[in-house]
Amino acid sequence: MSASVLYDAPGPKARRRNVIFSIVGALLIAALLAWIILTLAAPRISANGNETPGMFDQSRWDIVSEPLLWDAFLQGVLNTLRMAAVAAFFALVIGIAFSFARTARSQWIRVPTAVLLEFFRGMPLLLMMLFIFLVFSTGSYWAGVAALAIYNGALIGEALRAGIAALPRGQKESGLAIGLTPVQTRVFIEFPQAFRQMLPIIIAQMVVLLKDTSLAYVVAYDELSRTIKNLQNFLGNNYLFTLFIIGLAIYLAINLTVSWIARFVARRSGPKMGKTTDGPKVPGADGTQALILPLRGDGPGSGYGGGAGV
Amino acid sequence: MDAIIESTPLYLEGFVETLKLLAISGVGAFVVGVLVAAMRISPIPTLRTFATVYTELLRNVPLLLVLFFCAFVLPILGVDFDYFVLACIGLTAYTSPFVAEAVRSGFNGVPIGQAEAARSIGLNFGQTVSLVVLPQAVRMVIPPLINVFIALTKNTSVAGVFFVIELFGASSRAARDHGDAVILVLLYAAFLYLVITIPLGTIAGAIEKKVAVLR
Repeated sequence: MSASVLYDAPGPKARRRNVIFSIVGALLIAALLAWIILTLAAPRISANGNETPGMFDQSRWDIVSEPLLWDAFLQGVLNTLRMAAVAAFFALVIGIAFSFARTARSQWIRVPTAVLLEFFRGMPLLLMMLFIFLVFSTGSYWAGVAALAIYNGALIGEALRAGIAALPRGQKESGLAIGLTPVQTRVFIEFPQAFRQMLPIIIAQMVVLLKDTSLAYVVAYDELSRTIKNLQNFLGNNYLFTLFIIGLAIYLAINLTVSWIARFVARRSGPKMGKTTDGPKVPGADGTQALILPLRGDGPGSGYGGGAGV
Repeated sequence: MDAIIESTPLYLEGFVETLKLLAISGVGAFVVGVLVAAMRISPIPTLRTFATVYTELLRNVPLLLVLFFCAFVLPILGVDFDYFVLACIGLTAYTSPFVAEAVRSGFNGVPIGQAEAARSIGLNFGQTVSLVVLPQAVRMVIPPLINVFIALTKNTSVAGVFFVIELFGASSRAARDHGDAVILVLLYAAFLYLVITIPLGTIAGAIEKKVAVLR
C-alpha cells in the first residue's frame, strides 16, 4: 500500500497546513542538529578543572593532514574488504551446499542438516568467531572468514530452500516427465529458478556480511573498527572523536555504495523469466511468494502456475 | 564437566544480563521504531525525509561501531552512564530502524482495498490508520518483529565486547579460565543462546501459520 492512499491529495488548505507542519518539523530537526553541533563544539571542563577543547577544535583535527593516519585507514579498509570478499564467496558455496542437503530426498541427510542449520542460525556470530578462533587456532583472519561464511551460509541456505519450496510444482513434475533424474531436475530446473528468485535476498545478506566483518574486532583482526581503536591507543583520547567520525564516514561510504549496487543488481538481474507477484506480502517470508511465469508476450501477472503459496 | 559446573553461576548471571538487555532495548527499539514508521507514512514531507534518512544511516553502520560510539565516544562527550545503560542505548538505536521496516512492511501487507474502502466512507488519515489498517497490520507485523527480536538476542552479544558481562562476556571469561575445556564452555553458552532464540523462532513460525490460514 502506498502511503498516499491513506490521505487525500491535499487541497489548498491541507497543503498550507502541510507546509506549515513541514517548516515547523524542519525547524525542530535543524534546532536539534544545531544543539548537537554546538554541544560538541563547546569546550568542556572536566571534574578536576582541566579545560578540554571542543570537538571541532583545531587541536583535534590536525592529524587529518598526517599521511600515516590515512595509510592506517586504507589498510583497515582493505582488510575489511578482503575478509568480506572471501567470506562472501565461501558463504555462497556453503549456502548452496546447505540448500541441497536440506532438500535432499533421504531424511538421513535432511534432518541432521535442518538441526545444524537451526544451530548455526540461532547462535551469535560473535560466539562462533570466538569458538573457531580458540578451538581451531586458525588465526584471526580465517576465524573471521570461517564464522562469517558458515553463519551467512546457513542463512543463504535457508533462503534457497524457501525458494525451491515456493516453486510451482509443475516445474519439478515436468522435469521428471521429460526423463531427467531427480538430481538433474533439482540442479538444472529447480535450483536456477530458486537462485534467481532469491538473488535479492542473497545480495542483501552480502551487505549484512560486509557490516558484520566489524565483529572480527573481537579476535583482534585489524579491520576498520579495530583500526580506530588502534589509532586511539596510539594517538591518545584527544583524537578519538575525530578518528570515530572518519571511520564512520568510511563505513557509510562503503556500505551505502554496496547497498546501492546491490539494489541495482537485484533490480536488473532478479527473477527475469518469473516475476514475483507484487501483491500482498506474506509476512516474514519475503521473496518466497509464488512465481508467476508470464505467457509469451503477456505482462507479468497473467501467468499459469501461480499460487503455489508458502 | 567441572568447567561447566564451575562456570554455571557466572553464566546464569550473564544469562540474566542478556535477558535484561533484550527486554530493555527490545521495548525501547519497539517504541522508537513505531514512531519512525509512523513518521515514514505520515503526510508531512519533512518527517518522511527525516525517517528515511534515519533508517538508511543507522542500517548502514555496523552494530559494533554503534556500541563503540556508546562505550568510548559518549563518555568523552560527557555522558556519564554505566556501560550497561550505554549498551542499551546503542542496541535500541541500532534495532529501531529494523523494527520500523518490519512495521512498515506489515502496513504494506494490508490489501490496498481496505484503506481505499475506509477512505471512501469518509474516515480521515488518523481514523483510517488506527481503526482499519493498524488492527490488521498488527497480525502481519508480529512474525517479522519476532525475527527482529531474535536478531537482537544475538546482537546483545556485541555488548559483551564493551565491558557488559552478559552471556558472551561471561563465556569469553569462562573460556579464559578453563583453557582446557574451551569447546565445552563455549558450546554451553551457545546452548543458552539457543534456549532464547529457538522458542522465539517457533512462536514466530506458529503465528505466521495462523495468520496465513486466516487470510
